[in-house]
Amino acid sequence: MAWLLILVPLLAAALAFAVSSPALRAWILPAVGVVHLGLLLVALAGWRTLPATAWFGLDALGGWVLLVISVLFCICAFYAPAYLALRPDRDHRVLATCLLGFLGLASLLAQARHPGIAWVAMETTTLVSAPLIYFNHNRRSLEATWKYLVIGSVGIALALLGTLFIAYAAHMGGLEEPLRYTRLVENASLLSRPWLRAGFVLTLVGYGTKMGLAPLHTWKPDAYGETPGIVGALLAGGVTSCAFLALLRIYGVVAAAGEGAFARELLVAFGMLSMAWALVFMIRQTDIKRMLAYSSVEHMGILVFGIGIGGLAAKFALFHLAANALVKSVLFLSAGNIHRSYASKQLPFVTGALRRTPVSGWLFLLAFLAITGMPPFAPFLSEFSIASGALGTGHLASGAAFLVLLGGIFLAMSETVVKVVFGTPSAQRVRTPYKDAPATTAPLIVALALALVLGIWLPRPLQAMLDHASTTAEGLRSAHLEVRP
Amino acid sequence: MLPDLLIALTMLSNFSLVATSRVAKAIQFAVLQGVLLGLMPLAMGLGRHFHIILLAIAAVAVKGWLIPFLFRRALKQVHIQREVDPYIGYTVSLMLCALGTGLSLLLAHNLPLKPGTEYVLMVPASLATLFTGFLLLVSRRKALTQVVGYLVLENGIYLFGLLLVEDMPALVEAGILLDLFVGIFVMGIVINHIRVAFDSTDTRHLAELKD
Repeated sequence: MAWLLILVPLLAAALAFAVSSPALRAWILPAVGVVHLGLLLVALAGWRTLPATAWFGLDALGGWVLLVISVLFCICAFYAPAYLALRPDRDHRVLATCLLGFLGLASLLAQARHPGIAWVAMETTTLVSAPLIYFNHNRRSLEATWKYLVIGSVGIALALLGTLFIAYAAHMGGLEEPLRYTRLVENASLLSRPWLRAGFVLTLVGYGTKMGLAPLHTWKPDAYGETPGIVGALLAGGVTSCAFLALLRIYGVVAAAGEGAFARELLVAFGMLSMAWALVFMIRQTDIKRMLAYSSVEHMGILVFGIGIGGLAAKFALFHLAANALVKSVLFLSAGNIHRSYASKQLPFVTGALRRTPVSGWLFLLAFLAITGMPPFAPFLSEFSIASGALGTGHLASGAAFLVLLGGIFLAMSETVVKVVFGTPSAQRVRTPYKDAPATTAPLIVALALALVLGIWLPRPLQAMLDHASTTAEGLRSAHLEVRP
Repeated sequence: MLPDLLIALTMLSNFSLVATSRVAKAIQFAVLQGVLLGLMPLAMGLGRHFHIILLAIAAVAVKGWLIPFLFRRALKQVHIQREVDPYIGYTVSLMLCALGTGLSLLLAHNLPLKPGTEYVLMVPASLATLFTGFLLLVSRRKALTQVVGYLVLENGIYLFGLLLVEDMPALVEAGILLDLFVGIFVMGIVINHIRVAFDSTDTRHLAELKD
């Protein structure tokens, strides 16, 4: 099963590259998305024991992250055929191949039980996502691609050095390779402290660059701003989740070694800085896709902030991974529809979306309310729980700052969003033939509905899975005994 | 003895890298560095392990043959010879490189080595090479020289990895090498697109996107 999750998307990627009919190629995406999700659910439902010597396998943490990515991929994949039909000007072969390749590599990463393999998978996702950013083949997307490649490659190189430092910490402690996570967590007390600390700082900077934590996020607004919404959604909810998982694996080792306090301070600081930085750049932001990119910086900040607080907040940081991915997909895809309709994503030109494209306009507005923490959507539950986790454990100053930043971000974003959705479409805007159709809006409605349901009702298996995943993330269990969520 | 000599040569090539204005020379130094490091496991007397010999061959093949091939192709396409007007001049770069090397020695002093390790220069040399790569990346304008910087940065990491070479799973080592190759391959493609779009590979043109 483990191999199928990896191989099905990779083989489909080869197929998508070989097929010559664009229509047929576009439908490979949803077909693979459904098969992948089905396989994953079967894998998560069965009782199995993951042996400590396994190189690959799903534990609760990897399973949760892959579940989020798989659902997100399905949403984007069902949106893809209609979107690609609107873009006959571009060749879709590379896009479809790289999207499927990403899904296969994310499955590899989620199941990797060795930090070296996880690193290789993460680096490869960077390489397959570069052509996605270059989809529009113009000067602006070229610039975004180059920045993404260079900054991302340097970041990921630092993550490799950090991983090697941790391997050396184990080497000094007398642990022998293969250093699977299980062995690292179980023998964490043997690891050499200076190397472990230095290794954690480097992996935080490295994988933090891939997540887009401030001040390492500079590629993000450019990349998200210049790609189609479908790629933006998958980058903001998928690639970043992969990097977050790789970071959590290392954090688990560090926490198990008793260096958790040191790591948590850094995580809280990075989280707050990311939220504050995002807030500053969201004020008077005129480009809707860049605004979403800064929103992504903010939410990556929320994730590491929650992990840094620990306990309840850590559990809901993992929940927030799903909430953010679902709502971000609605935001990016509806912004993409609006972009298509106005042939612009800049503020003075894009106004009155509720009249011009009512369904996308409403979805954009509702998703904005959801992402900024409006009940009863899922992000409200996670943001509220992270804040109460912080305040309840005596982190009064950081908890209060967290709430103030959330409020500020709501105000900053609302200024732009209100101008986009309300008002009247300006008379001199470019007229495009784009009209909202079920094919370009139904996947978004499903995603928003899922975010709504998760905000009200968390099914018991998911609840149990989250509990296991958060204790694994915090290094409290070595994750080889149970895979049952 | 031999490993220390190779490490010293690696550190020397760092200085040559930041001091040269000719792109082809910089590529040669980075490739030379890669080959020296690729041979290191054999110089360290690990030639009795079969998988280490295989990895050394793979590393030399990728860094001494495949990657130079990619660079030569890119160089032919872009017709550039010199890095003109870098963000940080050559003299200052050289001084920064010396400063970085000194700091690396200090930093490595604070990180304990496993008792009995012979190669005390490995960690400072690795950090110094890493720093050199970083310096090239941020101080040069030409996209191609930036890729050279990335390669040097990877060389620095590879040098540190040699401390663990006996233990590291071959699967991981091979994956890292493959990623390095594919990474430089993809960057080469993007550079060619930059050349076609802007009629230059100067990254100064890539400054349209901002808030």
